[in-house]
Amino acid sequence: MSVALNIRNLVIAALLTFLVLLPVYTGLSGNVFLLTLFTRVLILALAATSLNLILGYGGMVSFGHAAYLGVGGYVVGILAKEGVYSGFVQWPLALLVSALASFVIGLFCLRTRGVYFIMITLAFSQMIYYVAVSLARYGGDDGLTIDRRSQFAGLLNLNSKTQFYYVCLVLLLGAIYLVWRLVNSRFGMVIRGSRSNERRMQAIGFPIFRYKLVCFVIAGTLCGLAGALLANQTDFVSPAMMHWTRSGDLIVMVVLGGMASVFGPLIGSVAFLVLEEFLSRVTEYWQIILGPLLLLVVLFARGGIDGLLAGFRRG
Amino acid sequence: MFYFIEQCLNGVQLGMLLFLLAAGLTLIFGIMDLVNLAHGSFYMLGAYFAATFAALTGSFVFAAVLALGATLLVGMAVEVIAMRRLYGRDHLDHVLGTFGLILFFNELVRLVWGPEGMNLPLPNALNTAVQILPGVYYPVYRIVIIAATVAVALSLYVVVMRTRVGMLIRAGASNREMVGALGINIKLLYTFVFGLGAALAGFAGLMQAPILTVQIGMGENILILAFVVIIIGGIGSIRGAFIASIFVGLVDTIGRAFLPDLLRLFLSTNTASTAGPALSSMLIYLLMALVLVLRPEGLFPPASR
Repeated sequence: MSVALNIRNLVIAALLTFLVLLPVYTGLSGNVFLLTLFTRVLILALAATSLNLILGYGGMVSFGHAAYLGVGGYVVGILAKEGVYSGFVQWPLALLVSALASFVIGLFCLRTRGVYFIMITLAFSQMIYYVAVSLARYGGDDGLTIDRRSQFAGLLNLNSKTQFYYVCLVLLLGAIYLVWRLVNSRFGMVIRGSRSNERRMQAIGFPIFRYKLVCFVIAGTLCGLAGALLANQTDFVSPAMMHWTRSGDLIVMVVLGGMASVFGPLIGSVAFLVLEEFLSRVTEYWQIILGPLLLLVVLFARGGIDGLLAGFRRG
Repeated sequence: MFYFIEQCLNGVQLGMLLFLLAAGLTLIFGIMDLVNLAHGSFYMLGAYFAATFAALTGSFVFAAVLALGATLLVGMAVEVIAMRRLYGRDHLDHVLGTFGLILFFNELVRLVWGPEGMNLPLPNALNTAVQILPGVYYPVYRIVIIAATVAVALSLYVVVMRTRVGMLIRAGASNREMVGALGINIKLLYTFVFGLGAALAGFAGLMQAPILTVQIGMGENILILAFVVIIIGGIGSIRGAFIASIFVGLVDTIGRAFLPDLLRLFLSTNTASTAGPALSSMLIYLLMALVLVLRPEGLFPPASR
């Protein structure tokens, strides 16, 4: 695939260069805060990328995606609490449990359409939220502090902010590559086809339900990975990780960046979190600006930032 | 047994409040095909308005009437400024746009009323308990809530089923173009319906205000419950919303009251008292998942869809 030299690709290239070089700058200037902020951006971008797979490409508006963030995080947190610190155990298990959770949830939710789907995914994430609240041994409502980050037998030191940042960056780029390969594969074509006309895909003979379920599980698993990262970054897990407003934030990131665009969620998370950081410095009441801004994006910039960069190509 | 009766009444009371919210949501969804997450904001605004007007006028009833009018106006203003542009868009746009509105209203309330929250004191006459059965005392105000919400539900039924406006509303739900073609000002009708929904939510909020503290974000949890109600009842069906509200109210309240005791039979007291409330919160969502698996369109899907 040849890469055309247009504004959109230049912006993405600039963004990637910035992300790769950021730790060099923060290392020189000693601005630790910026590195922490962008580690968070990368992690949430990973979660948003996974959501984009089902929301942008599959047309499945999941309003409960933060649940997997919580599941992945809690697996890491609970194992750490029980004295298992090895990342080689924690992370695969986090992925496995998120995959299982999304499989079960998908099995139920994917039977419904439209608003019903939006609401039932919300309901399931609320259920998982309350499960976390009910875990008295693991902090219940107050959450659980993780006293040691995942250990990788000396190969990686997650306590090093720079190393942790690069781990997140590599995983994010890996996820973006995975999504890119997926949506351009036969599998991805079926998923995108089902988004525009499910009945027709069914009539052609594709078992759409199974395809969507696999897609849903892949997205949930990737988001679980983001959860494991987030738990390590904050050294803390709590039910608030999967509060329904967090699911809303993820949708905002995907739509703000540009749905059904491979780099859209990354652009969206950078824009959203930087905007949040910036506005909260301007005024304590920053959400009073953010709220109407979202409305404006919905009304006038359907393609998100990526759509604007590409010159309204998606209308 | 008396405790059980009391909890049932509480369940009915919660159910009726849920119905006030769900009726507005389901009307707005049924007629404008709009998913309105910001509906909980009107609930919150109703409570804040009532608390403010009560402090100003000193009269609870007066405050309630003023607050109702104020939420109606805010609702209509929101419809004219924002919602109107979202009709005909897909549901993702509705979710996102109204999510933005929630952020806006929460912050606006923080800006205007401060972050502390408010209290709406009850008049003394309502602040007593009354004997409803031999040996069973029940707070008067909760009975007032049940009575008032039943009255509102009945008048909503009369308005929708027996008046000209109601006829237009129902007609708009089944075929909006046709109603427009017959010379009805459909835009005005939509504004009215949206305002009506907002006022119903505001009414629920102001009735609930004396029992709970009036605080930011108070509308969000109950909004999710109201969504559960309309999903179970079938989106667009007021009758379904009514039955599902009572059902959800009862399950939630009774689960909350008895599940911890039930768990104590199997688990340690400490674990049970943490897990109990959480598990009973889950009960509702389990119920909804079950209904959706068995009947993906809810229990009473509107015939016209």
